[in-house]
Amino acid sequence: MKVKVLSRNPDDYVRETKHDIQRVPRNYDPSLHPFEVSREYTRALNATKLERVFAKPFLASLDGHRDGVNCLAKHPRSLSTLLSGSCDGEVKVWNLTKHECVRTLQAHEGFVRGMVVRYCGSSFFTIGDDKTIKHWKMEAPGYGEEEEPLNTILGKAVFTGLDHHQKSAVFATCGHQVDIWDEQRSTPIRSFTWGVDSFSSVRFNPVETELLGSCASDRSIVLYDMRESTPLKKVIMTMRTNTISWNPMEAYYFTCANEDYNLYTYDMRYLENPVKVHVDHVSAVLDVDYSPTGREFVSASFDKTIRIFPKDSASSREVYHTKRMQHVICVKWSADSKYILSGSDEMNIRLWKANAAEKLGVLSPREKQAIHYSQKLKEKFQHHPQIKRIARHRHLPKVIHHQRKELRVMKEARRRKCVSSFFFFFFLSPGSTEGRNDGNPPLPPFKGEVAIWAGAREKV
Amino acid sequence: MASPSEAEANVSHVEKKKKPPVRYWQETRGKTKDDNKAEGQLEQQKEQQTQREKKRKRDEQPGGETKVISGKSDPFPGPAPIPKDKLEKFKRKGKIQKPHQHHYKLKDIITRSEEASEMAQKQAARFDFLLPEDAGFLEGDEDEDTCMISQEDIADAVDITSGAKYFNLKLCQFGPYRLDYSRTGRHLLLGGRRGHVACVDWQSKQLMCELNVMESVNDVKWLHTEHMFAVAQKKWLYIYDSNGIELHCIRKFNDVLRMQFLPYHFLLATASATGFLQYLDVSVGKEVAAICTKTGRLDVMCQNPHNAVIHLGHSNGTVTLWSPNQKEALVKMLCHQGGVRSVTVDKTGTYMITSGMDKKMKVFDIRAFKPLRSYFLPTGASCLSLSQRGLLSAATGDIVQVYRDVWSTPVTKPYMAHRVRGSVWGLGFCPFEDVLGVGHGEGFTSMLVPGAGEPNFDGLDANPYRSAKQRQEWEVKALLEKIQPELITLDPSELGHVDRATFEQRHQDRVEALGFDPLGKEKFVPKHKKKGRSSAAGIERRKRQVGHEDQRDVIRKTVEDRMKLEEDRNRMKEKKAALSGKRSALDRFKK
Repeated sequence: MKVKVLSRNPDDYVRETKHDIQRVPRNYDPSLHPFEVSREYTRALNATKLERVFAKPFLASLDGHRDGVNCLAKHPRSLSTLLSGSCDGEVKVWNLTKHECVRTLQAHEGFVRGMVVRYCGSSFFTIGDDKTIKHWKMEAPGYGEEEEPLNTILGKAVFTGLDHHQKSAVFATCGHQVDIWDEQRSTPIRSFTWGVDSFSSVRFNPVETELLGSCASDRSIVLYDMRESTPLKKVIMTMRTNTISWNPMEAYYFTCANEDYNLYTYDMRYLENPVKVHVDHVSAVLDVDYSPTGREFVSASFDKTIRIFPKDSASSREVYHTKRMQHVICVKWSADSKYILSGSDEMNIRLWKANAAEKLGVLSPREKQAIHYSQKLKEKFQHHPQIKRIARHRHLPKVIHHQRKELRVMKEARRRKCVSSFFFFFFLSPGSTEGRNDGNPPLPPFKGEVAIWAGAREKV
Repeated sequence: MASPSEAEANVSHVEKKKKPPVRYWQETRGKTKDDNKAEGQLEQQKEQQTQREKKRKRDEQPGGETKVISGKSDPFPGPAPIPKDKLEKFKRKGKIQKPHQHHYKLKDIITRSEEASEMAQKQAARFDFLLPEDAGFLEGDEDEDTCMISQEDIADAVDITSGAKYFNLKLCQFGPYRLDYSRTGRHLLLGGRRGHVACVDWQSKQLMCELNVMESVNDVKWLHTEHMFAVAQKKWLYIYDSNGIELHCIRKFNDVLRMQFLPYHFLLATASATGFLQYLDVSVGKEVAAICTKTGRLDVMCQNPHNAVIHLGHSNGTVTLWSPNQKEALVKMLCHQGGVRSVTVDKTGTYMITSGMDKKMKVFDIRAFKPLRSYFLPTGASCLSLSQRGLLSAATGDIVQVYRDVWSTPVTKPYMAHRVRGSVWGLGFCPFEDVLGVGHGEGFTSMLVPGAGEPNFDGLDANPYRSAKQRQEWEVKALLEKIQPELITLDPSELGHVDRATFEQRHQDRVEALGFDPLGKEKFVPKHKKKGRSSAAGIERRKRQVGHEDQRDVIRKTVEDRMKLEEDRNRMKEKKAALSGKRSALDRFKK
């Protein structure tokens, strides 16, 4: 007779001393782990709920300005430095880690319209309502020295937007026209105009550094090449665009914040139709900025909220608001892609987390692993109705909630009308193909309202 | 004459480097490589397929053999081969059919997830080699039946600790006994018919508590830890803790005869004499469902550990399957002529074994609801129990028989047999041990059944050696991932499948969203004409005209389609013919 009976030596399974960690022998045999899917589902559900529980995005409020914050500028070299310009002409330099203002200077009379830090980080430019461009040193003046700009350029008209070239000593301003300036000269080296209008924002492309885009008050977005004397392309939309922002990773895409409550992402090669229309705001969108990863962008709106959109999704993944935050004028995504900074009407700059439920600080490896695991689970079960509902739910202020509902009703009504008119059209002339081969039904023009789809109606 | 001098000239004054000593693998190198190839051929083929795109990688190791800087070649090139059966064990599901080209994103996602799961499968299979313990076995000599080997012989032959696992408890006053092992297999709960309840740490033979409830006891069951157990007494259901203190008396559950605990759902399922199947959520203490089965007294019950469905056996020979979400049985199976005496389901949820009053023991494939085998036992089996590794124990009168492989091969002889004193009342294999517990009229017997228990436990699931701290941690985690009772279905993986909406459903949604039916055809209503021009015949004629017009359109369209198809086919054919007709540069080498 040959016999063997299971007999385990407890020493193999129990830790030797209590200073050791516990021994956990594993066996991955699927038959020892029944209900795999349901247990994972339960875990995913718990993870989703916990994410909502821990979603506390607001970090700090930087107060000190005596008027609304009109513009923000990131420092290209230092994560902890932020510059802000307010409506009374004051510029403040902030230390974000300490949440304190390190320097204040009275830069302009009237608004500070735009601000940009030079690529080297040693100086910055401001423009204001007093028709000047000022070039400032980044360091504060020494004791007894007077706060003075390095250089002041007096322009002929008010400047409204400013951006600096990525690599060379060239910057661009906009106002009545788009001007390209050399830092050493007091007159623009090149000026672009295309029709009579005033421009609101100008941005250099971060990859094709000679390219720049601007948006004008005649509802158009114009692209320029610095090396040429005439503008490149223009697209006219139904309503005015406030700001544009280039995607830093796929720099042929740019997103523009429009007055018609939407954001439009365009491919600069094909301007006929936007790649994506991002809806969700219930008032004019004032500012937009891409995350340095290029996968998401943040938008600030007149409806007192900030929203974060994935770059290829029509609806936002996150909305931030507080009771005290008024119309958000400017927003920036920090260079480490972890924080969002917003400047608003009521004189405060707010610091938010980019991922609302993210745990800040150093994570232990086990913590990291657990976070990755729950992230994967959430991703896996994201389409299950219950999980989707919990993950999507956001509390909104009453006003915005009602406005959203109203907008939805309006949209629905317009769609119905559209469909019926389309139907009418279709039945009147069954032989003609005009009504059919057009991809979407013909839109009757709505006066003073937002078109449902496709901001671009014409291309010049 | 010239050649030797040349040879001379070639000899250099520096002595040639010594050959390195021959190593054991160098002689057999060719052979081992071949072996490796044979074993891992399939795998390598697969790998090559996956690597076809990753050209760079393939270039790095053209023959799957890399040269090291020292010049030596790897004697065992490539990844270690994994046997197919091991891979099969960890396989979750088959390949997904990839969508068409224009769903390139989806395609990419599927490819990547497939790669990840394949890697996980391989890693798990590799890890399987490293498991420390092997299963037990019992083999007789020639002309020796394993069923003739007595327990005493086995206990003598094995080591002392294992030998001590064969013991008898003589409890002749309050018997017969039912029993239950805790999920880790460390603790044993005994319930005597006449009110004696005891829980024991059976390996150390330490008595945790012992009490007499002064009532008849129908069934006992451990709850999720060894700190709580449920006792079905004469009238109500009681819950005690491991010190024997009564925690709850649940008056909603009366006349309970049998109980099952669903560990991942924290549900205690009870079957009562009044024909009710009730579910108690033990984590919150609420009754989840009470189902009137309308089949009379329920005293045969078991659970399917694979999908948490409860199986009930009835006196009319049927076995019914229940979930708490449905008031009717999920399935009703006629299994026996005469009543069902006992039911059990194996760990993987594939096989159900039943025994009936007709003295038969039957094996069913519970996924297909098909009978597989039928055995005749002269005395019939009163209790059945399956072990983790698929050994079946059947109690026939006062004899406990253990069978092996009842579903794959027709069995003629039992694997083991043991006679106990008094008729058997309760039967249960101990998890992760080669032990079978038998409760009978004269007490309790713990038998050794080599090869019954799973040798390697998972420390995070059920760890027999866990400390108090580990248990607490496990309890919190288990409670957090308690599965909701709504998720109990016949197929537990259903939650992971894509819910494909039918065409009608999608169409309905579309109609709802649009406000009209885009595919619907409006009925033609002839216009009313004045001055007597709208006669009945005229209307009819106009209607027919329109009908004919429509019909013609349909016909024209089908004809056009057919023509187009034909044309396409012809073009393809021509193309093929042109291709085959052309003489290629290589054709001249053809014979």
